[in-house]
Amino acid sequence: MSNIVIETRIRLARNLKKYPFPIRLGRAGKEEVANIIIDAVKNSNSPLADELDVIWVKDLTEYERASLVEKRLVSPEFVSDSDGKALILSKDRTMSIMLNEEDHIRLQIFSKGFELDKAFDIADKLDTLLDENLEFAFDESLGYLTQCPTNLGTGMRASVMLHLPALKAGRAVSRIAGNLQKLGLTIRGAFGEGSEPKGAVYQLSNQVTLGISEKSAIENLKNIAEQLVKRELDAQKRMSASIEAQDKIMRSLGVLKYARQISCDEALELLSNVRFGINCGLIDSIGVDDVDKIAEKIRPATIMSENGEMSAEQRDKVRAEIINKALL
Amino acid sequence: MKCQNCKKNDATTHVKRMINGVTEEYELCAECAEKLGYGNIFNDIRSDFENSFFGGFNSLFNSFFENALPARTQATRCETCGASYNDIKRTGMMGCADCYSVFRDEIMPTVVRVHGNTVHCGKNSPSYKAETVEKSEEKVEEKPVSELDSLKKELETAIENQEFEKAAELRDRIKAMEENNE
Repeated sequence: MSNIVIETRIRLARNLKKYPFPIRLGRAGKEEVANIIIDAVKNSNSPLADELDVIWVKDLTEYERASLVEKRLVSPEFVSDSDGKALILSKDRTMSIMLNEEDHIRLQIFSKGFELDKAFDIADKLDTLLDENLEFAFDESLGYLTQCPTNLGTGMRASVMLHLPALKAGRAVSRIAGNLQKLGLTIRGAFGEGSEPKGAVYQLSNQVTLGISEKSAIENLKNIAEQLVKRELDAQKRMSASIEAQDKIMRSLGVLKYARQISCDEALELLSNVRFGINCGLIDSIGVDDVDKIAEKIRPATIMSENGEMSAEQRDKVRAEIINKALL
Repeated sequence: MKCQNCKKNDATTHVKRMINGVTEEYELCAECAEKLGYGNIFNDIRSDFENSFFGGFNSLFNSFFENALPARTQATRCETCGASYNDIKRTGMMGCADCYSVFRDEIMPTVVRVHGNTVHCGKNSPSYKAETVEKSEEKVEEKPVSELDSLKKELETAIENQEFEKAAELRDRIKAMEENNE
């Protein structure tokens, strides 16, 4: 199960009752709201409160901002401008709170593997703690009031990141996507709206937030995720029996081990093949966790935030070195 | 209908404003509306022009809010944040929590289209709950409302059992009762 589900996340959208939403706040207003929330989080008595980094977007270089997006700690929209935007990150990177993104608060809890209930439990407790001090905007029939009406109600987006190489190869994902909509769920590329499913990584999440409780939405998502995983595993089993698929997987490992320069897109595609190979027992020298870690390190802005600004050619070389070393 | 201010001219402008959660509505003539500071109508016309000029992008949001607002609300602004319905339509975003009360009639078709015809049935904000309990306790002192309490309990059970249709019905009854009590 966990080999197909890469990550689980719960996101809650909240706003302070006493302030207009970010769209009607100037920079000073946003900074005031951000500082109030930062204080409340630090004083919340949450176990997470001791181990926090507070990052103001205005203090980051362009590629540091992009790197946060690549690591999926923030949305692309969050770093598109810096006015009053701040990020509270737990040191272990399992919690991020975006301040003044679309809403005052976008609280996210991340968990490796398939752990929706656990992630929700953490988010829920933290939300309750914060509400005591901050007083969130809420209406009895509309639920939590959000800047965009699409998030009304629970304000919760629960999602699982799935690696679906076999379903993608069989072009089954787009067919499934149509049916999911009827169930109030959506599936798309892992980097949010409109993104290409690079490396066959998809994000499955709930779409409807009003009129359905957090628990039911999570159950629903869990149910569909389990079915998708089962279909993916069946398809992987069938596909991996062919010598062509096996050849492709092992060649991918070879290239990753010995290439001297490699683009991000190629590397992600080959890593996806290798991950598939691990799942069907063709490769046992590394695990899926190692593959996921490599995939996180090799994106352009992340390479530059570690090594300084460089050209695409230079990055391709550094990327190959990172992968060679990890697969040795 | 005659203007409620000068009582002479025909009313052409509908003004809806919300102060401390109380909604007030007036029918005014253009002259009085301008005089009383609701003359922002011209700004709205200008932004309509801008909308058509930059139509490609903005129409995305407009189609999201396609259940068009009646012309009467053009001059309505939320007193808390200053947003007009045009601002909301243009951006697809509400200005503040109070906008949901001020523009409820206009926004509900969109909410229903996105989420279905339904009411919230998840977590209740703890601070909101505390406030409501305080209020209902005050009420109880004045006048005990036992039927209301039992309905509320029934509602809680219905939500716990995920009987949403029943819950919606109960919620409507509770709302009606509370409004009568006020």
